[in-house]
Amino acid sequence: MTAFLTLSAAIAEYVHDGDSVALEGFTHLIPFAAGHEVIRQGYRDLELIRMTPDLLYDQMIGMGCVRRLVFSYAGNPGVGSLHRFRDAVEHDWPNRIELEEHSHAGMVNRYVAGASNLPFAVMRGYTGTDLPKHTSTIASITCPFTGEVLTAVPALRPQVGIIHAQRADQAGNIQLWGITGVQKEVALAAHHTIVTVEEIVPRLEPLPGAVVIPGWVIAAVAEAPGGARPSYAHGYYDRDNGFYREWDLISRERARFATWMEENVLHASTAG
Amino acid sequence: MATDKIGEKNYTAGEMMTVAAARELRSGMACFVGVGPPSLAANLARATHAPDIILIYESGTIGAKPSRLPLSIGDGELAETADAVVTVAEMFNYWLQPGRIDVGFLGAAQIDRFGNINTTVIGSYDHPKVRLPGAGGAPEIAASTKEVIVIVTQSPRTFVPQLDFVTSVGHGSGDLSRRQLGFTGAGPTIVITDLGILRPDPASAELALTQLHPDVSVEQARAATGWALVVDHNLTTTEPPTERELAVLRRLKASTEASYDG
Repeated sequence: MTAFLTLSAAIAEYVHDGDSVALEGFTHLIPFAAGHEVIRQGYRDLELIRMTPDLLYDQMIGMGCVRRLVFSYAGNPGVGSLHRFRDAVEHDWPNRIELEEHSHAGMVNRYVAGASNLPFAVMRGYTGTDLPKHTSTIASITCPFTGEVLTAVPALRPQVGIIHAQRADQAGNIQLWGITGVQKEVALAAHHTIVTVEEIVPRLEPLPGAVVIPGWVIAAVAEAPGGARPSYAHGYYDRDNGFYREWDLISRERARFATWMEENVLHASTAG
Repeated sequence: MATDKIGEKNYTAGEMMTVAAARELRSGMACFVGVGPPSLAANLARATHAPDIILIYESGTIGAKPSRLPLSIGDGELAETADAVVTVAEMFNYWLQPGRIDVGFLGAAQIDRFGNINTTVIGSYDHPKVRLPGAGGAPEIAASTKEVIVIVTQSPRTFVPQLDFVTSVGHGSGDLSRRQLGFTGAGPTIVITDLGILRPDPASAELALTQLHPDVSVEQARAATGWALVVDHNLTTTEPPTERELAVLRRLKASTEASYDG
């Protein structure tokens, strides 16, 4: 049964130091407001999981929330490097982070296995690459029917999954549309799922291509209008492309990054 | 057509590279496009000679028809204009993995003589000099599309004798590698740079320079390559960009710049 909570109450209820947390949204509906609340509440030693750690994880890494990162592509989309991520990997600043690195195909199959409550997923992938030399969660498995050697990757079951959606209804059913990414898989793979939404409406109007996730698998819904900014929410607002470029400058130097976070995240009020 | 060309030095080496890459694409091809130079070239092809190219972005958009160049593989316009929007799981498992997609279009931070690609680290993995974004969709795109087009700037930094990390397999250690690894796709069939075009030798699978862009010398290409570059004896010269190709390319780039302000 879904609880309707404020964003700060939802994060305080389900996130703990040391937890594995997946904030997902593949290039769209990135749960920035929720991630900022995690930063404000000061959690440490998190294992953060995300296919495309972008600005949000750059911020969380730079603020020292992260012990371990499970990912497949860490870049600023359309712009270039993530400087806080690079500083952590290259110079251990603000702390060393451990990497568990996969490909997109591997990560998404790990979520599928998690959502299916299977121990692992089977795929064709990673063959001939150096990834298996550095990532212990890539193995081979022989098909019992054909003898073909395939790749196995273990299920991801984050303690907390956090996604942003356009709408929830009053029973806590979730509706999201546009690029729907991996949100359904994460919501079903995580032990507890928190969903922030643009708005809570009396009734979800059916929409072509929309994904609906029944409320009874969601732990908490928090209203957070604008909660995906500076990414976008299809039908609500566009991506702030200028900010993605600006971030390249803000994040280059530790001091400027710290000042920006202080002014724009730590001292900002919560969205919910 | 000679009348369609513009004068010498009226385009950059980067523009020549993009135009040459776009010319490799045809209407009807299903093309898995990465962001950056591949997306620019694929959109140039769609706006010029290949209007019916099927653009596929790993965010889940199949048959996207953007009016301007997408900044991110997840731009809303890609979803709005696509024939189908699928989840990321479906994209990789139902569309890429079975070999349904004709062309994978990849960039590289480092490439070796067999077209293997590094986008992970410069230096050692545990203590990298430069940490790059990583694999994304590339390893499985390189393995499973019917063929791979690589677009990369040619310099001793990018064309290296030994990759620091194999992120995506091209032709492995040569000749039969792909078959031994069980790949169904042909791998990199063409590598397009700012200096010219390389193709794998049919016997050895080693990349050979088969084409130079106008006003580029073999010596320049050799100097920009970190191994002893094989030059094909039938070396040809790329047709310079036409006025139309340049105009469309510049319009696409301008539309990107405009969207940063909007």
